Amino acid sequence: MLSEKAFAAIEAAKKRYPDPRSALMPALWIAQEECGGWLPREAMADVARVMSLEPADVQSVASFYSMYYKAPVGKFVLEICHNIACDVLGARRIIDHVRERLGIAPGETTGDGLFTLKTVECLAACGGGPCMQVNSRYYENLTPERVDAILDGLRAHAEAGAPPPLPDERPQPADDGDAA
Amino acid sequence: MTTAEPPVTLTIDGQEVAVAAGMTIWDAARRVGIDIPVLCHDPAMEPVGVCRVCAVEVEGSRVLAAACHRQVEAGMVVRTNTERCQRARRMVVELLLADHPRPCAKHQLDRSCELERLAEALGVDQPRFPMRNAERATQNGADGGPETEDGTPAHAPILAPPSSALRLAHSPFDLSSPVIAVDHRACILCDRCIRACDWLQVNEVIGRTGKGRRARIAFDDDRPMGQSTCVSCGECVAHCPTGALTDKPLVVALQPERLQRVDTICPYCGVGCAVTFHVQEGKVARVTGRDGPANHARLCVKGRYGYDYSSHPQRLTVPLIRRPEYYPKGPLSEEVRHEGDYRRHKPGAPVTDYGPILKAFRETTWDEALDLCAARFLEIKRQYGPEALAGFGSAKCTNEDNYVFQKLIRAVFGTNNVDHCSRLCHASSVAALMECLGSGSVSNPVADVARADVCLVLGSNTTENHPVAATFIKQAARRGTTLVVMDPRRPALANHAHHYVRFKPGTDVALLNALMHVILREDLHDPVFIEARTENFAALRETVARYTPEMAEKITGVPASTIEEIARLYGRAHNAIIFWGMGISQHTTGTDNARCLIALCLLTGNIGRPGTGLHPLRGQNNVQGASDMGLLPIVYSGYQSVADPNVREKFARAWGVPLNPKRGLTVVEITSAALRGDIRGMLMMGENPFLSDPNINKVRKALASLEFLAVQDIFLTETAEFADVILPASSHAEKTGTYTNTDRYVQLAKRAVAPPGEARQDWQALVDLAGRMGYRMEYRDEAEIFAEMAALTPGYAGLSYPRLAREPIPWPCPAPDHPGTQVLFAHDFPRGKGRFSPAEFAPAQELPDEEYPFVLNTGRVLQHWHTGTMTRRARALEEIAPQPFVEICPADAEALGIGDGDPVRVRSRRGEVTVPARVTRQIAKGSVFIPFHYREAAANLLTIDALDPTAKIPEFKYCAVRLERLN
Ligand code: SF4
Ligand code: SF4
Ligand code: FES
Ligand code: FES
Repeated sequence: MLSEKAFAAIEAAKKRYPDPRSALMPALWIAQEECGGWLPREAMADVARVMSLEPADVQSVASFYSMYYKAPVGKFVLEICHNIACDVLGARRIIDHVRERLGIAPGETTGDGLFTLKTVECLAACGGGPCMQVNSRYYENLTPERVDAILDGLRAHAEAGAPPPLPDERPQPADDGDAA
Repeated sequence: MTTAEPPVTLTIDGQEVAVAAGMTIWDAARRVGIDIPVLCHDPAMEPVGVCRVCAVEVEGSRVLAAACHRQVEAGMVVRTNTERCQRARRMVVELLLADHPRPCAKHQLDRSCELERLAEALGVDQPRFPMRNAERATQNGADGGPETEDGTPAHAPILAPPSSALRLAHSPFDLSSPVIAVDHRACILCDRCIRACDWLQVNEVIGRTGKGRRARIAFDDDRPMGQSTCVSCGECVAHCPTGALTDKPLVVALQPERLQRVDTICPYCGVGCAVTFHVQEGKVARVTGRDGPANHARLCVKGRYGYDYSSHPQRLTVPLIRRPEYYPKGPLSEEVRHEGDYRRHKPGAPVTDYGPILKAFRETTWDEALDLCAARFLEIKRQYGPEALAGFGSAKCTNEDNYVFQKLIRAVFGTNNVDHCSRLCHASSVAALMECLGSGSVSNPVADVARADVCLVLGSNTTENHPVAATFIKQAARRGTTLVVMDPRRPALANHAHHYVRFKPGTDVALLNALMHVILREDLHDPVFIEARTENFAALRETVARYTPEMAEKITGVPASTIEEIARLYGRAHNAIIFWGMGISQHTTGTDNARCLIALCLLTGNIGRPGTGLHPLRGQNNVQGASDMGLLPIVYSGYQSVADPNVREKFARAWGVPLNPKRGLTVVEITSAALRGDIRGMLMMGENPFLSDPNINKVRKALASLEFLAVQDIFLTETAEFADVILPASSHAEKTGTYTNTDRYVQLAKRAVAPPGEARQDWQALVDLAGRMGYRMEYRDEAEIFAEMAALTPGYAGLSYPRLAREPIPWPCPAPDHPGTQVLFAHDFPRGKGRFSPAEFAPAQELPDEEYPFVLNTGRVLQHWHTGTMTRRARALEEIAPQPFVEICPADAEALGIGDGDPVRVRSRRGEVTVPARVTRQIAKGSVFIPFHYREAAANLLTIDALDPTAKIPEFKYCAVRLERLN
C-alpha cells in the first residue's frame, strides 16, 4: 500500500535512532502524509512490517496520539484550541462560528471533503489565543472575520492553487523580554 | 539477582525481615505473612506497577510506594496497613469499580473477580463516580477518529468508508473467539493479559488502544479477537483478574459449587503440560494450567480447550463384533473407501458418520468379545506360529497400559512384533542417538534453552506442534539467546529468530556437513572434548572435508556465506542447544540427518552441561514413555535388547515364560508382511494406521487382508472399520497412570471421570485377554504395574507412585533416594565414548520430475492431533481448523491459475486427494504442504512408504506430486 518512496523515508528515519523502533512515530507520520492525511489499516500494517513491530504496538501508539487519524479527514483539519487561555479569550465564539459557517460539528467533515473540525487541548500558543492549527500551520488571535478570511483563503488554495492564507496579519503581542 | 549479594534487612509493620537484595516490598512482606493487596501484579510476571492498589508507606518518603514494584532497601521502614494506605487503596478501587459491571462474569461464576473481592474487603460499595460504560461501549474500533465535543468519536460523512469490515460492532462484548469471551466493561487495564500474551506465550497479540477514558485492550490492529492473530492459547484468560476475559463454556455451564478439581497431565503432545481438570456432572468441564516442570502453568489451545472429546456422544461404550454379512472385510465409510476429497465432509457435521459403520457390527458382551479374540489369536498362533501375530500399542496410553501391552505380545502372543507410532516420528533420531551415544532420549530439558547462547531449531514447526515448548524458545530468543531456525517451510518460529535459513527439502546432510566443515576449517571445534570423550573423529574429518560451503550451496540452495555465518555462531557459542522435529527424522535419510546433528554437537563439545545438548522434540504425550516401556520390536522396557540372552533371561524369569529371541518387525514392515500373508492377526490399541501410515491405499489392502484384527479404542477409527472385534477403551480423562514427557519427566495423572458405558481401562482389558489366552497377570491397580516395570527397568528403578504423587521426576532415576536427572552425559555416554557417524548426502527417494513436479511435505496444524480422532471431536478445535488445505507459494499458484481457496487435486503415484489451496509465502517455490489429520482428504494417500534403512521410518516429508486446479 505504501510507496517505495515512503518506505525509503521510513528506512531513513530508522537510521536516526539508536533503536530503530523509536522511529515509529515519524514512520506513522510519513504513512499518514502519503495516504491523504489519515492512516488506513493497511498502511499501519505496512508500518508494522517495516518497523518489525507487532500490529498491536503500532495500534497502541497510533490510537494514543490524537493527530494520527484512523478514519479519513478533510483536506484541512481545523484544530481549534478550547483549553483555558483560549477559552477565556473567546474560543467558544470561534468554534460556534466555524460550526455555523461550515455546517459541521466537531468531529465532522464537510461534504466536499475540504474541512474537518476538531477541538483540541492547549496548542502551546496561549499568548495568541484564541488560536487554531490547520494541518501544520498555526493561526492566532482569531476573530470571526479572520476565520472567514482564512477559510476563504484555504478554499481558494485548494481549488485554484492560490497560496495558502498567511498565518497572521496582526502584530504579535510585544515581547516581554522573558524569552531570551 | 546474584546470590552473592548480602541480604537486606528492613522493617515491615514492625517486623524485622532479611531478604535477598532486589526483592520487592510485596515479596518481602509475603515472606513474613503480610499480604498486601495487588491487582495489576501477577507473581508469574515482572511487576509493572500500573494500578497503585498496593500502596504502602515508606518512612521518610513523601509519597506512597507501589509495593509490588519498589525494591527493598537496607533499613527501610515500611507500613502496609495505615489509614493513609487504606484510603489510597479505597480510592483506586472506587475509581475502577465505577466502570465495572457488578457482578462481572467472573464474580458471578465463583466470586473470584479480584477487583470485586478487594472492594468487598475494603468496604467499598457504591462508587461516587459516574459510570463510563456507555462510552466504552461505543468505542470499539473507532478510536483515533476526530472527537466530537463530548469526547465520543464521530463517524462523519466522510470521503471513503474506513476499512470497516473488520471493525467491531458497537458493543462492549467481543464474542468472536470460539473459546474466549471479552467484556471490555470489566477490564481494569492492569495489562496482565498483555504481559501474559507478550512475555509468557510470546504471541504479542494484545495491546492497548486509545487513551484516557477511551483506553481499552485491543487485538492486533484492533480487530475482533476471533479475526486476529490470536492462537487461542488462553493464557490471557488465565491471568485476567476480572471478568474481562473468560473461557466460554464448551460442555456445560459451570456451577462452581459442583466442580471438582483433579490434577492430571495434558493428553496431547510430548511437552507434557501439567493441568487441572475441573469436573462437573461426570464430565471434564474446564481445564486450567498447573505449575509443572515443562509448562510453568502455561497451556496451548489443545490442552486448554480440547478436552470435550472425552464426553463426545460418539464414544464407544460396548464391545462390537463384525456381522457375518460384512465379510470379506473392507472399508465401510465413504471417506475410507474412496480417494480423498474435502468436499465430502460438510462443515459442522460430525467428523465420522457412524451409520454405515455401525451397521456392520453387533453389540456384544466383554466375555464374548474377549473369548473370540483369545480363540482367534491362539488359533493363528497354533497354525502359523507366533510370528504371524503382531500388536501396535499407543503413545497416547499410559506407561502402565503400554507395559502390559508389550508383555502380552511378548509373553502371551510369543513374538516381538510390537511397535507403535514412534516409528513414524522419531525412530531415526532414536536410532542415531543409540548408535552414537547409547541412549535414545533427549539430553537436556526444553527449558534449558534459557541458558544457551545459541539455539538451533531444525525441521520443527515448534509453535504449532510443541506450542508450550516454543514459548520457552521464544522467551529465550527475546532475552539474548541467538535463535537460528532452519527449515524448508518457514515456521512461525522464524519470526522470532535472528536467522532463518531456508534450504531445499531433503538436503539436511549436505547442509550440516558443511557447517562442520567450516567449524573444522576455522578451528572452532573442541579438541579437548573430542580427544577425551569421542571416537571415530578421523572418519568425520575426512567426510566433511569434501563438503565445502560452496559445494553445499549448490545442493542446498543456501549461500555459502550464510553457512559460514551459522557455523561460526554455533562454533563460537559457549553453550549451544539443538532442537529438532520431524523435518529431520521423517526421511529415508532420517538417521543420517540425526547422526550429523549429533556429530555437530560432539564436535563442539556442546553436551553434558546446562544450556547445551540435543533435544528431538517428542510428539505424543507419552511417546517417550511408550518407547521406554519396550513398545519396540527390538527392546524390552528400558531399551534392553531382546537379542541379549541375559536380558531375555531376566524378563523370562520375571514373567515366568520363555521368550522369543527373534527381533520383531516395525510398523511399516508389519503392513507389508500382512500383505504378504506373513502377519495374520493383529491387536491394535489406540493406533490408527489407516490415517497415520504412509501410502494408505496399501494400508487399506493390508488391513483388509488380516485374518483377524482386534481394535481397542475410544472412537470408531478408520482402522476400526477393518476390525473383527472392537473393544471400547477409556480415554485419558478416565485413566490413572504415568506419562513420560519429551524432557524425560515421569508424571502421574489421576482419573478425573468414569469411563462411559462398559468401556474399560486398556490395561484391564489386556490382562483379561491374557487370562483367556492362558496367562495370568494380576494387578490390583496401576501402581502395581508400575512397581513391576520399575523393578525390571534400570532408568525407572528409583521411581514409585508415592514419589511421583509428590513431584514429577526425570529419569534416569536409579534409586529411591536419587533426585532424577535433568541433564544427561555430564561425564560419559552410556556407550562409553560418543561416536562420530559421518554421513554422505543422498537424495530423497522420489524426486520431482516432469510428471510430478512438486515436492509434497506433510505435517500437523496447531489445533489438531495426529489422526484427529480426539481433536476433531473437540468442538473448539474443529471450529478453528475444520478443513484440510494445500499450501502453495504465490508464484506456483499463479502459474497454475490457482487462487486462494480454490479446490485443487493433488496426485502422486499412489493416490490423490482434493483439498482447497492456501496460497502463502511460508512454503518455498516447488514445494507444497498438506496436514495429515483429515480423514476426508488423507494426505497419506499420497505419501511414499520408502523407509530409512536403519530406523525404518517412512519418508513422510518428501514425495513427488502434481497439482491440478478443479473448476
Ligand atoms: S489467547 Fe493467547 S494468543 Fe490469544 S490473545 Fe490470549 S494470550 Fe494472546
Ligand atoms: S503444548 Fe502439548 S502438552 Fe502442552 S497443552 Fe499443548 S498439547 Fe498439551
Ligand atoms: S490554551 Fe489555547 S493554546 Fe494554550
Ligand atoms: S499491584 Fe502494585 S501497582 Fe498494581
